[in-house]
Amino acid sequence: MSKKHDTPLLDELEKGPFPSFVTEMKMAAKHSDMSNDLLGHTELCYKERVTHWKHGGIVGVRGYGGGVIGRYSDIPDKFPGVAHFHTVRVNCPSGFYYTSAALKEMCDLWDQYGSGMTNVHGSTGDLVFLGTKTEHLEPFFAEISSRGWDLGGSGSALRTPSCCLGKSRCEWANIDTMAITNDITQHYQDEMHRPAFPYKFKFKIAGCPVDCIASIARADMSIIGTWKGPIRINQDEVQNYAKKMNIQAEIIDMCPTGCMAFDGKSMKIDNANCNRCMHCIAKMTKALRPGTEQGATLLLGSKAPIVTGALMSWVIVPFIKMEPPYEEFYDLIDKIWEWWDEHGKNRERIGELIERLSFPRFLKDVGLDPHPAMVKEPRRDPFFFWDESDIEK
Amino acid sequence: MEKEEVKKIIYELVEASTGKKKLKQSDILKKVSADHGIEKDEVKAALRDLVDAGTLIFTYFGGSFIEIPPK
Repeated sequence: MSKKHDTPLLDELEKGPFPSFVTEMKMAAKHSDMSNDLLGHTELCYKERVTHWKHGGIVGVRGYGGGVIGRYSDIPDKFPGVAHFHTVRVNCPSGFYYTSAALKEMCDLWDQYGSGMTNVHGSTGDLVFLGTKTEHLEPFFAEISSRGWDLGGSGSALRTPSCCLGKSRCEWANIDTMAITNDITQHYQDEMHRPAFPYKFKFKIAGCPVDCIASIARADMSIIGTWKGPIRINQDEVQNYAKKMNIQAEIIDMCPTGCMAFDGKSMKIDNANCNRCMHCIAKMTKALRPGTEQGATLLLGSKAPIVTGALMSWVIVPFIKMEPPYEEFYDLIDKIWEWWDEHGKNRERIGELIERLSFPRFLKDVGLDPHPAMVKEPRRDPFFFWDESDIEK
Repeated sequence: MEKEEVKKIIYELVEASTGKKKLKQSDILKKVSADHGIEKDEVKAALRDLVDAGTLIFTYFGGSFIEIPPK
């Protein structure tokens, strides 16, 4: 397929050492009219410094309220190939494991029904298939669902849960992130496909406090693996590390709670004051290991700045055993969602609602007991409950 | 109450709101449940039937809503 549009501004984005999405678009444009027009459309948006995309509307597959993001050009006469340019989100497998045959099959289907361009993976975690027409949505969905795939979440729904590789490749995982992610996905199919929330809700599951998937900043509920009890120390290995690193400078002095000591021979940890940041374990992997009683910390409320500013998640449950059938966990989630449904405004994330109504109110209504681990920062702790009855006293 | 009757109530509620206020799924569950004394789960099941049949659809306009599909 011949080149249809000159793209001097986009061409600039191909210069330099990094991979360029423009190069990928040009490759797709060789066999896709849609991608060809996308180049011209994007160039015009850059030139005029204004978007020519319209977002949302009435588009999807029957029975589902999510998984398809409607996108239309406001200048379809100029760029008929992208008059419709809908995005399809496909639920990723836990840990992002695929066979190459499965990926190839999906790409072939997208060449047939869409622009041929993908984003693997989107921020939410889904396989994102970029650009198709309304009339191709149902056939594409029928093809993928017959092969065992399903759509992911979009809109005011539970978004596709995602996780780190967990125990499949990481010996430091304190929880089975992939099993938890799969269980949540199966348990909340209705919440994912039929948007019923005030706004979006995301789960991200990290195996340990290193939090490789940055769940603390990217998920309304971050489930982060942790442990109870003392960190296990192998003093012989500590000695080996002492020969090749400055333990005092790199470990002891960097402990955020100052709970560690090293006298040149052996290491001591005041476990009661450890906040389980895992810096020491990650730096001295052969010498230190997490405690044997493992579970997760649940944190709530992070989000990127869309309607209001960005938030980080904060602790609501310091330690919970995350083992099947996860009854305690699901009971809590249902209570949280009920509270959000009762009090949340349209497009208000759970973190914003807590900011508006207060953390003590959230704890009280959901039935969680205050705990020192919930103190997010000075003067932001959950321990001052001044009820009217207190004032009367 | 029979499911068909609940479906009719839901449809009429959405129809009456068309052009006035976009209803979220939770708005419908709360309203029908409160007005007719029906469990939210029953309303949800009836609503799901309507969506599966294409009688009502989900739309997205800065939030997800339930609406009657355009003719």
